[in-house]
Amino acid sequence: MSAPTIAPVTTGGPHRRTSAPAQAVLLTARQARQGVRIPVFMVMNLLQPMIWLLLFGQLFRSVIEIPGFAGGADVSYLEYLTPGVVMMTAMGGAAWAGTTFVQDMERGVMDRFLASPTSRGALLSATMAWYALLGCAQALVVVGVAWLGGARFPGGWAGVVVLLLAVALLSCLFAALSGAVALLTRQQEALIGVSQLLTIPLMFLSSAVMDPALAPGWIAAVARYNPFDWAVVVARDALQGFVDPGAVWLHLGLLAAAVVVMGALASSAFRAYRRAL
Amino acid sequence: MSTPKSTLNSSTDLSAPAIEVAGLTKTYGARGGPGRAARTVRALDGLDLVAAPGSVLGLLGPNGAGKSTTVKILATLSAPTQGVARVAGHDVVRDPAAVRRAIGYVAQRPVTDPMGTGRENLVLAGRLHGLGARDARSRADELLERFGVAHAADRLVKTWSGGMARKLDVAVGLVHRPQVLFLDEPTTGLDPEARAAMWAEIERMAAGDGMTILLTTHYLDEADRLADRVVIVDAGRDVVAGTPDALKDELRGDGVTVELADGATATDAVPVARRVPGVVDVTADGRTLRARADAGATALPALLAALDAAGIGVRAAGLSRPTLDDVYLRHTGRSLAEAHRAASAAAGTEGAEVAA
Repeated sequence: MSAPTIAPVTTGGPHRRTSAPAQAVLLTARQARQGVRIPVFMVMNLLQPMIWLLLFGQLFRSVIEIPGFAGGADVSYLEYLTPGVVMMTAMGGAAWAGTTFVQDMERGVMDRFLASPTSRGALLSATMAWYALLGCAQALVVVGVAWLGGARFPGGWAGVVVLLLAVALLSCLFAALSGAVALLTRQQEALIGVSQLLTIPLMFLSSAVMDPALAPGWIAAVARYNPFDWAVVVARDALQGFVDPGAVWLHLGLLAAAVVVMGALASSAFRAYRRAL
Repeated sequence: MSTPKSTLNSSTDLSAPAIEVAGLTKTYGARGGPGRAARTVRALDGLDLVAAPGSVLGLLGPNGAGKSTTVKILATLSAPTQGVARVAGHDVVRDPAAVRRAIGYVAQRPVTDPMGTGRENLVLAGRLHGLGARDARSRADELLERFGVAHAADRLVKTWSGGMARKLDVAVGLVHRPQVLFLDEPTTGLDPEARAAMWAEIERMAAGDGMTILLTTHYLDEADRLADRVVIVDAGRDVVAGTPDALKDELRGDGVTVELADGATATDAVPVARRVPGVVDVTADGRTLRARADAGATALPALLAALDAAGIGVRAAGLSRPTLDDVYLRHTGRSLAEAHRAASAAAGTEGAEVAA
């Protein structure tokens, strides 16, 4: 048969377009709505850092008495531990960020987004932004509870702002990683791997709960390349009143670069997902 | 059928088909299991399609025939291995962004977020497509009303019934007034009442908006009722295409059944019936006479007159149109139900590794 010719279609779609940043804001709001609607999720996210703070604060309180701990700085263990717990919370939360992608892929939601003018960058940024916001909220609670517990931070509000910046970058890094794993494997189980096999070793190969200078040399060496430790170093120095500003900016820069690289990798994971369709 | 492959050029012509597909091929490299060699699965094998603007095209075939693969390629989700596909005048490989702005895509799986309300799902979809906040809200209200789900608008979708949620899926696909709407098995899994409601809705959409709809289904009655043209797909190829009526007419007309009165025998009636022009394949079974006729409506009165003239009494007579199932059987050599069972059995033993 021949191609039929019929009058032109008159249903033109809207010709306006929503920019990728605006899409990212809309999608971040969606994630926030989802999160707030699961109260257990919110409560767990606030309860967990308290448990870390209490548990480690009690368990390791006497390490501070080891000569040379934290370079001999005049800090309590709670003051030493607080930036570590802030970052453990942020990384631990963001490691699950891919869950949203897995759920959207299990339904047809991801396919609908990808068959629409929705930017892949906006999908990814929304997940990163939501976990950055969540991490910052948790960080404020942790710092507040530590303050009530007697910890004092000479860095003041400027220190807290820089700490939040590091929290946001670390959250983005692990949210992008988790998103990439989700897109590549399409399995919630794979995210358990990210959470258990990657983030827990990273927590202990760092200065989060213990001064690596007092640990075996290889741990200190590994910690230098551990993005989680970069964030802890930034936060601790900022809270302690910017003793070494050069180290703060260097590690923030490294974190930002890692976010850019991981974001690019996660974006290309969308192509791998499409190939599997 | 002969698809005009030469018309697949790059200019945008408003009178051109809304969907135009030529020689579409898709192969997947399926991983071999332990002790099995890697092999290639051919989901599409040179498929051709044409849909006129404003029409409803039905892709009919069993699971695994390649219907969903076709829709995924047309919706820019999946890349074809070979062949050309154009939607609303845009090439799906070279200009996917233009295709995405022109289409609505309702996948086989639910496309809504269960942790959002119906209204939130619609507003978000509208805004991602470029509607302003106010337009998106009023369009959402309009669609909630039109699909009869306004009473549940502000409840989380996870609490909605299956039929209501499926309506919302279609509404989400319509938010931005697409030129071409893809509905991948819109009624699979719905109860009869919800299916009837969905059919009425699709008929209304097709009549009202001048939108082109591509619908995949493995229900014959659904294709028969909703589609202006049907393409029967089997093993990744288009087997036959045409309007449902034209496809049935190709089967040499209608079935004719005449029940004779007491005292008459069909054997006596057979020679009489054979002499009536346009009546073929005459068979007798007790007092029932069966035949086929190219045009049943004209052949039946002639047959009844001939029987009357021969003194053979008639108690009842009737015509039956061929069904799409007869068409399917004729072109693929098996009934759709049989093909469906075979596909399900294969999926069960091999694992559903190819989403088709």
